[in-house]
Amino acid sequence: MTERLDGPQAPGGIPAGASTGPSEPLPAEPLLAEPRSAGAAHADGIPHRLGPSPKAAALFLAPAVLLLGAWVIYPIIYSIYRSLFDSSGNRFVGLGNYGSIFTDSATLTTIRNNVIWVVVAPLIVTVLGLIFAVLTERIRWATAFKLILFMPMAVSLLAAGVIFRLVYEQDPDKGVANAVITTVHDTFSSSAGYPGARPRENDQAPAVIRGGAVVTRQQVQPGQPVLIPLVGLNQDTVKDAAPAKAASGGDGVGGTVWLDVVRGGGGTLNQIDPQEKGLAGITVEAVSGGAVKATAETAADGTFRFAGLPSGTYEVRLPQSNFAAPFNGLSWLGPALITPAIIGAYIWVWAGFAMVLIAAGLAAVPRDALEAARIDGATEWQVFRRITVPLLAPVLLVVFVTMVINVLKVFDLVFIIAPGSVQPQANVIALEMWRVSFGGGGNQGMGSALAVFLLVLVLPFMIFNIRRFRRDEA
Amino acid sequence: MTTLTEPAQARGQTIERGLLGRVADRAGSGLVQVLLILVAVFWLVPTLGLLVVSLRGESVNNATGWWTVFTKPAEITFENYGSLLASGFTSSFWNTVLITVPATLLVIGIAAMAAYAFAWIDFRGRDAVFLVVVALLVVPIQIGLIPIAKMYGFLGIFGSIAGVVLFHVAYGLPFAIFLLRNFFVGIPRELLEAARMDGAEEWRIFATVVFPLAKPAIASLGIFQFLWVWNDLLIALVFADTENQPMTKALQSQMRQFGTNMDILAPGAFLSLIIPLVLFFAFQRFFVQGLLAGSVK
Repeated sequence: MTERLDGPQAPGGIPAGASTGPSEPLPAEPLLAEPRSAGAAHADGIPHRLGPSPKAAALFLAPAVLLLGAWVIYPIIYSIYRSLFDSSGNRFVGLGNYGSIFTDSATLTTIRNNVIWVVVAPLIVTVLGLIFAVLTERIRWATAFKLILFMPMAVSLLAAGVIFRLVYEQDPDKGVANAVITTVHDTFSSSAGYPGARPRENDQAPAVIRGGAVVTRQQVQPGQPVLIPLVGLNQDTVKDAAPAKAASGGDGVGGTVWLDVVRGGGGTLNQIDPQEKGLAGITVEAVSGGAVKATAETAADGTFRFAGLPSGTYEVRLPQSNFAAPFNGLSWLGPALITPAIIGAYIWVWAGFAMVLIAAGLAAVPRDALEAARIDGATEWQVFRRITVPLLAPVLLVVFVTMVINVLKVFDLVFIIAPGSVQPQANVIALEMWRVSFGGGGNQGMGSALAVFLLVLVLPFMIFNIRRFRRDEA
Repeated sequence: MTTLTEPAQARGQTIERGLLGRVADRAGSGLVQVLLILVAVFWLVPTLGLLVVSLRGESVNNATGWWTVFTKPAEITFENYGSLLASGFTSSFWNTVLITVPATLLVIGIAAMAAYAFAWIDFRGRDAVFLVVVALLVVPIQIGLIPIAKMYGFLGIFGSIAGVVLFHVAYGLPFAIFLLRNFFVGIPRELLEAARMDGAEEWRIFATVVFPLAKPAIASLGIFQFLWVWNDLLIALVFADTENQPMTKALQSQMRQFGTNMDILAPGAFLSLIIPLVLFFAFQRFFVQGLLAGSVK
């Protein structure tokens, strides 16, 4: 295992770690073969070796050895053993539980989700950490920025989960994510949105519904005002709208789209009455031979006009988009988006960690190398790509690996953010392990198999750690 | 080209680039400022949302988004916190304290002793044993849940605070020993030798020489361990019964009714994160140091 174990060893020859201060190697002596207690050394007056005997070491180590042995090492052995039995613990099933992990559709979903997590989350966290670390070097309030991004590390994952359940609420009047998205959407989308508006369903109505759109019953010709009366809207939605006006004559095709209802009743059907409101912002198309020849949008008083339309007969159409239900944001907590949504929360928690580690690595990058490259005419991107990133590679690897190990064990965020009904779709191995053994599943054979599976997944990183440690110590 | 002209030319290039670069830098850093401000807002808004929701009445929360509070600050009320404290939540707060404080102190004490042995006492197999500790760094706590639950049942401490504490201590030890041992080996050996020469006992050397020097490392470890234990949900979920449950478990049991009980959940979650946050801001220097020393867990 270790090359130093049985060879002569100097008391001062303790391998130098990264943070090791000056250590004076004392003359080498085969001490381990001939241990002497501190008292003995004092007795003959020549302190060959000071310090406690190996027996003292046993005393110093006893509590740690007891806890690690009974709470960590024994459970590893017991779990492997227990995973070979069924839920009752009496019937030996061999590798049956492991077989079920890879055949049961529920556990296959957890494995698929863990794969998504491992592929996506560590990469995004590391890249964001790198970007933030590089950019914060250019601002004066870098410390404040780092504290803000780092803060979620101090918060429990349960609290982070509650925080993001609130962020992801479906109702745009509750969840800030959908509030932002709907605001942006409504700013850029021209659709006024009159869900439910439709023409009257009788033979006198000048417009009818065809394929979801509202179209004029008869072909229209230039110079002749088009009337498109609609009903089916709550009057309150248009109570602030301008009164409808008949389109003035003139060249081209013009007309009016309005709500043909008078509050409190009355009014003439299919005619514009003084109290009736125009419908603003509706997209209107002039269609001839199945092709859209012109588009217009209704003004505040509901009028529209297609200027410069060649003469001919047209059908006037209000496309379906005018009557679509308002955009209500994304269903973050639905089965389709739940894993990306939780990964979003995870990134919020961990990006600061990555940034701080990478920033520390960046501080150690020799400025001369960067400056020399800049003098040679390298662009900032080239400096970043060719010098900064390669010099940071060891730190980036550490951050990435730490994140992979962490992501394999992700539990709290999924458990808290995914509502009960979509937990099967969001499930991950660590959560399934708890669920199957304690959360109502009652199958500790399967639970043990999942725990061992998790351990096997982190084994490569265990080896990575040991190698890295031995290299650092060498 | 002679060697004399070269530096001059290089200097000329830097000046030229410097002028151009400064213009580009000015525009670029403006962009960077805006971008990073946006990122900072993005990072602050979720927590701010929780805080505001916890400070508004339930009917107000159901009617309007929390961000409307900026136009209607009169909606702020401490009612939720009042009723939360009047409910049984305070007992789970004390359970969190009763679990976290001993678990933190025990880890520091036990790990310091072990790290002392690994760093300063020569014994057979020391390096091999320490490699085992390094290997245990990444062991997932899931591996311990079922066997330890069985063991606690046998010992009669299942559901108790002691059981939760011991589990935390055991799974905190590998990182703690690793961190402290790496720090201890950096302490100049002459200091210890001098103390030993004076005939000081080992525990005295530890208390008077090692401990004062290792304060930063112990502070890092302390804050880490404190946050892990304070913020843990899974261990509490398995090993703490209802009367001994910490805040995280108490709040988790409220998740099923999410949406209808924000008057309990939001202030509870905020209370649970306020102490770690204060500690974090007070000790963030040590936190970062610990992070740098012990990543890859």
